[in-house]
Amino acid sequence: MTVTILTVDDSRTMRDMLRMALVDAGFRVVQAEDGLHGLDVLRGEQPQVVITDINMPRMDGFGFIEAVRQDAQYRAIPILVLTTESDDEKKLRARRAGATGWIVKPFDPAKLIAAVRRVAA
Amino acid sequence: MIEKSLNPQSREAEFVAFRSGSLEFCINIMSVREIRGWTPATAIPRAPSYIRGVINLRGVVLPIVDLGVRLGLPGTEPTARHVIIVAQVGERAAGLLVDSVSDILSVEDTSIQPTPDVASQLARMFVRGVIAMDGRMISVITMDNVLPAGMDLEAA
Amino acid sequence: MDPMAEIRLTFFQECEEQLTALENGLLSMQEGDSDSETVNAVFRAVHSIKGGAGAFKLNALVSFAHIFETALDRVRSGDLVPDSDAMKLFLRAADALADLVSASRDGGVEVTAPYLAIEEEFNALIGGGGAAAEEDEFAGLEFRPIITAFDEPPSPARNVFTIRFRPLRELFAKANEPLALFRELARLGTLTSACDIKNLPFLDTFEPEDSYLSWELRLETESQRAAVKEVFDFVEGDCDLAIELAQPATATPPPQEMDITAILRKVREEAPAIAAAAAAAAPQPEADAAPKAAKAAVQPTIRVDLDRVDRLINLVGELVINQAMLTQRVLHSSHVRDREVTSSLEELERLTREIQESVMAIRAQPVRPLFQRMSRIVREVADATSKDVRLRTEGEATEVDKTVVELLADPLTHMIRNAVDHGLEGPEQRVAAGKPPEGTVKLAAAHRSGRVIIEVSDDGQGINRPRVLQKAIANGLVPPDAQLSDSEIDNLLFLPGFSTASTVSNISGRGVGMDVVKRSIQALGGRISISSAPGQGSTFTLSLPLTLAVLDGIVVTVDEQVFVIPLTAIVETVKHEPSRIHHLGDHSFVLRVRDVLVPLIDVGAELGVRGPTSDLRSGVAILIETANGTRSALLVDNIQDQRQVVIKSLETNYMRVDGIAAATILGDGRVAMILDVDALVGPRHHDWVAAETPLAKAS
Repeated sequence: MTVTILTVDDSRTMRDMLRMALVDAGFRVVQAEDGLHGLDVLRGEQPQVVITDINMPRMDGFGFIEAVRQDAQYRAIPILVLTTESDDEKKLRARRAGATGWIVKPFDPAKLIAAVRRVAA
Repeated sequence: MIEKSLNPQSREAEFVAFRSGSLEFCINIMSVREIRGWTPATAIPRAPSYIRGVINLRGVVLPIVDLGVRLGLPGTEPTARHVIIVAQVGERAAGLLVDSVSDILSVEDTSIQPTPDVASQLARMFVRGVIAMDGRMISVITMDNVLPAGMDLEAA
Repeated sequence: MDPMAEIRLTFFQECEEQLTALENGLLSMQEGDSDSETVNAVFRAVHSIKGGAGAFKLNALVSFAHIFETALDRVRSGDLVPDSDAMKLFLRAADALADLVSASRDGGVEVTAPYLAIEEEFNALIGGGGAAAEEDEFAGLEFRPIITAFDEPPSPARNVFTIRFRPLRELFAKANEPLALFRELARLGTLTSACDIKNLPFLDTFEPEDSYLSWELRLETESQRAAVKEVFDFVEGDCDLAIELAQPATATPPPQEMDITAILRKVREEAPAIAAAAAAAAPQPEADAAPKAAKAAVQPTIRVDLDRVDRLINLVGELVINQAMLTQRVLHSSHVRDREVTSSLEELERLTREIQESVMAIRAQPVRPLFQRMSRIVREVADATSKDVRLRTEGEATEVDKTVVELLADPLTHMIRNAVDHGLEGPEQRVAAGKPPEGTVKLAAAHRSGRVIIEVSDDGQGINRPRVLQKAIANGLVPPDAQLSDSEIDNLLFLPGFSTASTVSNISGRGVGMDVVKRSIQALGGRISISSAPGQGSTFTLSLPLTLAVLDGIVVTVDEQVFVIPLTAIVETVKHEPSRIHHLGDHSFVLRVRDVLVPLIDVGAELGVRGPTSDLRSGVAILIETANGTRSALLVDNIQDQRQVVIKSLETNYMRVDGIAAATILGDGRVAMILDVDALVGPRHHDWVAAETPLAKAS
């Protein structure tokens, strides 16, 4: 079965890069532009893995992760956060919110796919 | 012929030959977009005498150059039998008003001779060379200077 | 196109948007907006640029964006409350970032003094913390290779690790999955594992969300400990983990040996049960999540290549012409005069118009980005002239054709430069005049009767009329004894070659004068006018068509040639009985319209269509008003029709013709010229003042 991945990022560039890398690796990709949009797409698409940015308008990554984890239906979905900061504080906050893992931007496709593999059931 | 085509220095090109008054000219077929009959042109104010005006070529406004007048010959009143050769001039397109189209010529590069010195300064602006063929003298026209150079008029 | 190249294009497009958002946000912060969402948006803009830049290894851009972002992060967290100097630094940094983006796009980035200077200032602002953070960042940029076991040739130096792993409940709460981790370990080498179930409680005390299993794994691999540990990166702190390097020979056999696939199968079987139990036990916050999702619906948009839109617009232009031709032909053919045919034709015309308007609307764009570019110009000129200037904008949402917006950039830039450089006084001079030290330049846009009106005004010193007149006389543009009204003097600024700055400054003096501005505005089918009050400032008003594709005009004939006069210029048609015409000699005539005398211009003679007519008594006079408000009458033979025409460029294949704005194609398929009324009656040649002066006296 094809694994569907939801990516949530407000940057078109980043969305395109994620899509390219993930599609090349054989995943199906659905995308959203911010946290609120992400929740919307999540309900419609039932992805197996979620990748989200932190800094986004309307609802940021932390808010998004918390909202997903509060929803019984989605609490078991692995969520990877994209972060440019190697800043531990942000990583910690994302994990406290319920993030499964993280990907440090800029990522190369191999690194991205490895991170996805590490969390995808 | 075979020998000639093997010669890498020699290339053959096709030219559209046409008449304007008593003279014969030709233009490289690569710069010709189409050939059509004369339709009345709308005069452009403040235009030089060799600009017949503009016509509507499928939605594009196309200036028409009376080639005879451009070359310093007396102008003629165009009739339905006259022909417009639509040619590409760099980024622009223009129509050449001529009497008739006579022929398509295949000409070797090497058989184009330089414009004779006797030619007028005006003619030298437009004639790239001459082809002598079957007793005819055909001037090879270059479109580069056929349209007025934009800045001249604007400054006036 | 190579997908990366395509994404790169997207990145730079997006950068433009981010830069706009950045500048917007900073400007509103400067205005005192301290809303956290504004600050967040500003931060995000820089952050996004940095993120994308990193992906394309645009290191200069990354490092500049990083230090900028670090400073903004301090503002975001409340550690730094930016004063007006800090805001100015942010705005300059935004400009520099824009330059750096352009340079990165064009491939030639040099880290030059301006960037370094701004970085220095940032370091001072945030207390030198930036440099350290930067190093950190580059550590993050470094590519760490993923260790894969398959491709490497087998090496005799194999390590054997014993891994004791006991996940805690937090691990599952974050949706980590032992199964996935084991699978990753298995990629590193040969993995055997044993599951320890001794902690599994009896069912009555079983907590579905708790974790009871632990594993002992044996991994034979060429990888080093770091690679093994990396697999557990995400679960650090959420598990008990011990990784020990063991000797292959002395490795203790795991208590209950199972092969890895069996483990995987077992975990897979268990996982849904655990998840289901967890789901049953979890609170149900769905009720309030639903309305949130409803709000999330975004106005859907698509991106379309401009070429496609333009092709559509051209086609619709053809359709309009064709529809007009069809109508004309049908109505001229005598045998069809059917009421139904006529009404169908009318319906077709209405539909065609509607299609055309809808298509034009696709190209419409708000003037906001254009206005935003101007704020940068204001800052630069203000800095260069040591003036305090505030740009106020109004009506940024006003929409105009994309081409109009683009072509307005240069003239507007010039006018804004002029306003700051020449219009506004220095702070001392302003204070002396009883004004606030900070000057204001206002840029406003609005729709008014089918046109776009753009105003550039300043609260500066106003036009120095005596100096303008003196200069015009000195340059021979005006006779020394000329008596000119204030408005006539103001309009001298638009004469070719006129420049008010007696010393050409390096800001305004770039070889263009207001005449060039006027010409560009006219080329857009627009008009420009000026008003000024000494000591209070000047206002330049631009009136532009909404689109460059169509205009409403009246079709007239002159000596059997057809011309179109734009409706916007026309005031009325007037009777011109012989008694109302006065001959001023030298082929100059004036027409008395009510009690005012206006020049009567013989269009045929003016355009050289025919010689000056001796009979001014036949034909129709059309009263027109030019951009600067002066009126004239155009003499034509006949008025045929009023209609909307599709504008066709004469310059595409020919060139600009003085007195002609463009061409169009009429219903009969023939080309007609659209008159450029301002050029036709405006300050033609240098006898402009001579022609106007007697009038001023006469009226």
